[in-house]
Amino acid sequence: MTAKTEVSRSERLEEAQTLLPLVDVFEDKDGILLIADMPGVPKDKLELRVEHDTLLIEGEIAPDTPDKMEAVYAEVRLSRYRRAFSLSSELDTARIDAQLRDGVLTLRIPRHAYVQPRKIEVRVG
Amino acid sequence: MYESLLNFPGGLLAEFERLQRELQQEFANLGRPGSIRALASGAFPTLNVGSTPAALEVYAFAPGLDPAKLDIQIDHGLLSISGERESAQPPDNGTLSVYANERFAGRFKRTVNLSKDADPDKVEATYRNGVLHIKVARQESAQPKRISIQ
Repeated sequence: MTAKTEVSRSERLEEAQTLLPLVDVFEDKDGILLIADMPGVPKDKLELRVEHDTLLIEGEIAPDTPDKMEAVYAEVRLSRYRRAFSLSSELDTARIDAQLRDGVLTLRIPRHAYVQPRKIEVRVG
Repeated sequence: MYESLLNFPGGLLAEFERLQRELQQEFANLGRPGSIRALASGAFPTLNVGSTPAALEVYAFAPGLDPAKLDIQIDHGLLSISGERESAQPPDNGTLSVYANERFAGRFKRTVNLSKDADPDKVEATYRNGVLHIKVARQESAQPKRISIQ
């Protein structure tokens, strides 16, 4: 019981020390387009996970600093990005397309084919 | 219909935690002196500046830029970085909805005060993973030297 509490506390601490990546979210008839700024994150330090209906985006800034460097001032003080989104069931998480380029993550989350908008014919009874 | 996409898992409580986190990041800056040219948070690009005995290292967190269109200048001991970032918004053909628009778009310029011993002729700039790294070497005469005793 105690051990469990400690685990959850350390998890929360870990979460408290992350940067929130800034995002744009658009939607058109094909699905969702999510763009996130994650400067400094190389492809191998980026992690995308879908658990149940939650999309989790995490990334670590790869250090590129010389030895013996002292900080003069810093606006970016953490090295880990984290942000989660809950998705709705009409989105097809199996077909998410992800691209990382120059620190910008672009995700396309399509809708399930069967929920694409379609016109419903009205029959005369 | 998709508002849930922007909700944080855990609902209201998690949202408060996020707010608190942002405030903490804000107040963390109060402890040490900032640059007179440092802007409020939300500035683009965000800057980190470090110093080594040999050089001044400036890191600009500027994702999604074309390095060829970046303008970097040094004038009277001031290093300025300017450029433009285009909006990522796809063309609206009547069906587009915008749920979040947090990313910076437009022209930007940020300026860093270099120390007096910076050598404006020895500057290297690289752009990798959306981070612009500018290394301004210190003048030879300003670098620490070991003096031997005769």
